Amino acid sequence: MTNKTANSPTNNPEKPDQFFLEKYGLSTSSLESAMGKVLGKRIDYADLFFEYLTSESISLEEGIVKKVSKNVSQGVGVRALAQEKTGYAYSDDINTDQLLIAAKTARYIAEEGSSSATVPMHQVTAPERNLYPVGTPPIEVPVERKIKLLEEIDRIARQYDPRIKKVMASFSSEYKIILIANSEGVVIGDILPLERLNVTCIAEEQGNRQVGSFGGGGRYEFGYFLDEQRFEQYTREAARQAIVNLSAIDAPAGGMEVVLGPGWPGILLHEAIGHGLEADFNRKGTSAFSGKIGQRVASELCTIVDDGTLPSRRGSLNCDDEGTPTSKTVLIEKGILKGYLQDRLNAKLMKMPLTGNGRRESYAHSPMPRMTNTYMLAGESAPEEILRSVRKGLYAVSFGGGQVDITSGKFVFSASEAYLIENGKIGRPVKGATLIGNGPDVLTKVTMVGNDLSLDSGIGTCGKDGQSVPVGVGLPTIKISEMTVGGTKS
Amino acid sequence: MAFDLNRAEELLKKAEKQGATAGDLIVVEGDSFSAQVRLREVEKISNARGKSLGLRIFFGKRSAITSTSDFSHESLDRLVSDTCTLAQITPEDPFSGLPAPELLAKSVPERDLADTDVEKLPIEEKIDIARRAEGAALEQDPRLTNSEGAEFGHYHTLVLYAASNGFHGSYQTTGASLSVMPIATQDGQMQRDYWYSSRRKYKEMESPEAVGKTAAMRTLRRLGARKVTTQEVPVIFDPEISSSLVGHLASAVSGYSIYKGASFLIDQLGKQIASADVTIEDDPTLPSGLGSRPFDGEGLPSYKKTVIENGVLKTYLLDTYSGKKLGLASTGSAVRGIGDPPSAGSSNFHLKPGRYTPQEIVRSVKAGLYVTELIGFGVNMVTGDYSRGAVGIWIENGELAYPVEEITIAGNLKEMYKQIEMIGNDLNPWRRTAAPTLKISRMTVAGN
Repeated sequence: MTNKTANSPTNNPEKPDQFFLEKYGLSTSSLESAMGKVLGKRIDYADLFFEYLTSESISLEEGIVKKVSKNVSQGVGVRALAQEKTGYAYSDDINTDQLLIAAKTARYIAEEGSSSATVPMHQVTAPERNLYPVGTPPIEVPVERKIKLLEEIDRIARQYDPRIKKVMASFSSEYKIILIANSEGVVIGDILPLERLNVTCIAEEQGNRQVGSFGGGGRYEFGYFLDEQRFEQYTREAARQAIVNLSAIDAPAGGMEVVLGPGWPGILLHEAIGHGLEADFNRKGTSAFSGKIGQRVASELCTIVDDGTLPSRRGSLNCDDEGTPTSKTVLIEKGILKGYLQDRLNAKLMKMPLTGNGRRESYAHSPMPRMTNTYMLAGESAPEEILRSVRKGLYAVSFGGGQVDITSGKFVFSASEAYLIENGKIGRPVKGATLIGNGPDVLTKVTMVGNDLSLDSGIGTCGKDGQSVPVGVGLPTIKISEMTVGGTKS
Repeated sequence: MAFDLNRAEELLKKAEKQGATAGDLIVVEGDSFSAQVRLREVEKISNARGKSLGLRIFFGKRSAITSTSDFSHESLDRLVSDTCTLAQITPEDPFSGLPAPELLAKSVPERDLADTDVEKLPIEEKIDIARRAEGAALEQDPRLTNSEGAEFGHYHTLVLYAASNGFHGSYQTTGASLSVMPIATQDGQMQRDYWYSSRRKYKEMESPEAVGKTAAMRTLRRLGARKVTTQEVPVIFDPEISSSLVGHLASAVSGYSIYKGASFLIDQLGKQIASADVTIEDDPTLPSGLGSRPFDGEGLPSYKKTVIENGVLKTYLLDTYSGKKLGLASTGSAVRGIGDPPSAGSSNFHLKPGRYTPQEIVRSVKAGLYVTELIGFGVNMVTGDYSRGAVGIWIENGELAYPVEEITIAGNLKEMYKQIEMIGNDLNPWRRTAAPTLKISRMTVAGN
């Protein structure tokens, strides 16, 4: 393979294989010969992952656009599997020499496997569906237009309330072209757009300074932020949260009833059970959920799914990063643990079906089982009814990040907007509340589930083993009969 | 290196021809290797080669930045013209620009940051290092029943920086690390912990056996963990964890957090922000230090500075831009990623050791918490509000009594730094951001 003159990455948006052929001369026969170099007699499976990513980031602070950046990254990852062993190598030069070096490392794990197999590559296939068709990818919208949007956001935030003193806004987008070829002869490609808008406001009153943030996005066109003045809603939401927090009191500490609002608080599901159901931890027996399939791990009110097939969502994929179509996987059905999230390596070793959850951050990383969009199905209670049922507790509507210790099952997540509930009514806002719980236990304490399921606005990024991937979460309003709230007011 | 200074100057000249008034570029190139072993079997071998170039172009007070990992001539030529186009449509920022030539580092001092010995080891030997570490951990106790494995890895990186103000310099760094994560089981409860060693030079690492034993000890001491009731008590931070407390301080004193108002330490220069026993230095000159560098991300000399002296905030960490915004000179603290403009950050950021042994500190507590791990992101840098999930050991009458988990510790960083009551003599200078054992006089522990 030789480096040919570069074409615009968007020349053939429907045909990722054409792109790699034109840019790097990757033909079916060159894929076959590269694959032959990776394969040895003890290699069970091998794949090549080609990626070309363009990304752009624009940010504004103090009313001035401070950063405009555009980045291009390209590379190929070569993987070989032999039983439980993985050999992985990557290079950001896509050419024959580098493929050979990578192939040698990847097949090292098969020890002295000497014979090179020949695998006939099938015709390149496109994913069966296109969950994120975009006419003009957001990265191709002129930078001037995006600068104007950020300046508009700055103006709207400052108009919202004179106490808003600092506004930070950023727009980022990426356009990723991938091509996956594996030792079963499958060659599949995809093109993934992704965009995100974020607004942060700092409000100040008599020396008290508080922050509010809101953002969203997904695999949409740029116009998504203009539809229904979505960017204005984001801005007002960030400003509102900062102003609300100006009157926040210290969070309570100790066990209490907790009501989680709809949408982004679904991060609870991601941390409390999602990670614990990824197949790698369960195959190794290192998850607090290991061996619990078929057992009750949640109240009957809880049905939870991981669904990579929702159109345009941040966590959605036509196929995972191993070429497997994504699916809707039931994790918990009416309280009973039903399934794991699989990639190829773990599905094969566990003799279980693929679920389309083999994901990787980039060509520089090998795939692992990861979540896509994880949410709980709606229940029957009205949200007002749920709040009315609480005598004394915490109502948390927005969160920062969360984290879990898979092995012990302990997880935490931190509220960025929360209120006290007193006698069924929403009371004072509180600041600095972190919620902590035990994964296999917390959902058994879900005593009411709302009829108001909503998905988050498209801001989730999940980290595992140093790899970040975009994800989504969702939740109806739910009541948890007891959780530990970590504040300062004991 | 596929890239050299001649090529760098050529690209900057091309930009000038297109009307650019200034520019700089950074190239990072390197390779890395890692071997993972689990339950004594090889689990994963990885090998990587990578390179990337970041280019920043100014048209007066307008600027833009781009990056690529495609080093073909056509691609780099296109990068220059794309960056020029982008810079011209970006709004003016009155504070932007490169540092003045007279401020630039005159030489590239030797910081002893590279040792390529490890690269020459055969793959089998590298795998064996991970295998020995995990083996040493698992053989400590029959309750160590499982493992997330051990990983040995190393990297070698070349960094080149060139700017149109006349600076050009390059240097190499290496690093090697070894980590083990065993899992222990008792009465149906499973716990994991870890230990690691990370150095610029392989020969300065802890032995695989020592890493494994420490990992085992840390994991075993978590078995039988329970919750405690909600209360206010003294909290002792293990050095693994106290380093995160000074890490928050390092980001709070970055010039960027300060001028954006995104720090709880704004308007605190010259004021008492921590207990009088607290002195923190930022030292990029430390030989072989993980955070050391011969010059900063804008080509300014890097030097040792005292950030906090006896509890008083002496300086922020500044690059040229954040310095201008605050009316101050750069402290040579520019850090520069590939696709981002410079920012200001710490190098080797160390809280100086105190006079107490860790045992003396534990003995000083009647009832309290010794924290060994924190999880979650409950740190608000604007307000200093702090609330994180914790794992540790409960202290009763000056003794480590029993493990605890599923609790949180909460306070406010502004108060917590002032409430540092005892400082240990056990600083690990090999960490980039480090503190010894620290005792905070009072925090809220939330549990049952």
